[in-house]
Amino acid sequence: MKNKTVYSQEHLLYLKKTKRRNLFVFLARFAVFGLLLAVWELAASLEWVNPFITSSPSRIGKTLADLYKSGSLFHHVGITLGETLLGFFIAVAAGYLIALLLWWSEIFRRVSEPYFVILNALPKIALGPLIIIWFGTGSKAIVSMTVLVGLIVAILNMLGGFMATDENKLLLLKSMGASKLQILLKLVVPSSLPALISMLKISVGMAWIGSIMGEYIVSKAGIGYLIVYGGQVFKLDLVMASVFVLCVLAAGMYAIVALIEKLVIKNEK
Amino acid sequence: MKEVLRFENVCMNYHTRQGETVAVKDLNFSVSEGEFVAIIGPSGCGKTTVLSLAAGLLKPTHGKVESFGASFGYMLQKDELFPWRTIEKNICLPLEIKRINTPENRARAFALAEKYGLKDFLKSYPSSLSGGMRQRAALIRTLAIDPDLLLLDEPFSALDYQTRLNVCDDVYKIIRSEKKTALLITHDISEAVSVADKIFVLTKRPASLLSAHTLDFPDGEPLKRRENKLFSHWFERLWKELNA
Ligand SMILES: Nc1ncnc2c1ncn2[C@@H]1O[C@H](COP(=O)(O)OP(=O)(O)OP(=O)(O)O)[C@@H](O)[C@H]1O
Ligand SMILES: [Mg+2]
Repeated sequence: MKNKTVYSQEHLLYLKKTKRRNLFVFLARFAVFGLLLAVWELAASLEWVNPFITSSPSRIGKTLADLYKSGSLFHHVGITLGETLLGFFIAVAAGYLIALLLWWSEIFRRVSEPYFVILNALPKIALGPLIIIWFGTGSKAIVSMTVLVGLIVAILNMLGGFMATDENKLLLLKSMGASKLQILLKLVVPSSLPALISMLKISVGMAWIGSIMGEYIVSKAGIGYLIVYGGQVFKLDLVMASVFVLCVLAAGMYAIVALIEKLVIKNEK
Repeated sequence: MKEVLRFENVCMNYHTRQGETVAVKDLNFSVSEGEFVAIIGPSGCGKTTVLSLAAGLLKPTHGKVESFGASFGYMLQKDELFPWRTIEKNICLPLEIKRINTPENRARAFALAEKYGLKDFLKSYPSSLSGGMRQRAALIRTLAIDPDLLLLDEPFSALDYQTRLNVCDDVYKIIRSEKKTALLITHDISEAVSVADKIFVLTKRPASLLSAHTLDFPDGEPLKRRENKLFSHWFERLWKELNA
């Protein structure tokens, strides 16, 4: 099946066209970014807008450079990244395990359902004061907030994946006399792999929401702290620079999950 | 001949919130060793229920289901191969489940796969096989544990007509040459007539036995049977029974 095929002239033309189009889209994305930056920069330097309020790309760049030189950039990035990752892994692991338990026991699932529905709907930030009292004002509180924000979503997504296991494949395994543990390991876990990946993707977003929210409420360092601090002392350059850093970090984490997806889901159609 | 499976006055009721469904009522029949039995009946009459009862996946509400064979293999409408496993690993699945995944058993299963034309596909994933090939792989998986009785629930109905005739022919030959006892459920009269030694006709729901026929074809193979004069005779007779 893998022998080289000789393509017709039209097909080659078609391939060339698609390639060109893709290249165009790729370049256009950068162009849009550059254009936005240019307009922003221009508007600020010609004082069409007040650069004190809107900041500008060059000011953001300078702020980042200063942060980098003083050595505090990676300090703040490190702290936020650490909290986010820790919260992410706890939420994902606990979410997976709890979803497994819920899959295993129908009674447990049905009894706990209303609790999950309510917890899911609850804006987690409402629990901020409690978290500070319970976990103090350090990183522990922020990680707790991250877990809190991500956990329920992780559980519900994963449970959905487990419950969607194909009925006929279940029947097939039962006809072979499979135990519940065998059904879990041989069918439910592998067939819910795509659900796990999508759960990871959602959880990445949730973890950032959680950690930044946590830093808003209580923190002494981190990107969220910089944003709040910048806002309070009206250093909009600092706020914008921090948001930019956040964008880069979130995109990076998402890209890692997308890469994992590519590696894991090769053979399935 | 030795009996492999016997239904004695079997009744099966389903209970749901909407009410009670009597799916099977006073069903009696038996299958002997080496027989190829087809059960036909109108759609929704309880055929799948009968097979689930035979497999022990359901317990009858009344009556008795006795299976004298030690083991059975179940084959479903779709192949249900696991897409994340290679064909080789799919075929070994029942061995793993029954914890008899020994080198000898594996070798036996692979020998079957080789004998029936799956040799080159053992390392492939199901998505790269045609529908007919996949169903064949599903049959080899069913045969991997060397079952005494094969339970087939409309195993060809998901295939297109051409493939269906060929796969049916295939499966028939494999089952015959491996000397297996088989119970085939179908709503396709011509399929039943082309493979079975015996045909049991079920009534509309609740299913019970309407009639039992022993077919008298000189030549066994499905495609040859379809050319025989007897074929249309049996087809008409069963068609009339089902639509009476
Ligand atoms: N798990 C179940 N719970 C409740 N009712 C059921 C269940 N399974 C089947 N039934 C009902 O029992 C009757 C017989 O179903 P069954 O699937 O055995 O019929 P069938 O002959 O295999 O149908 P088909 O021709 O569609 O394959 C149907 O009316 C169906 O609605
Ligand atoms: Mg059915």
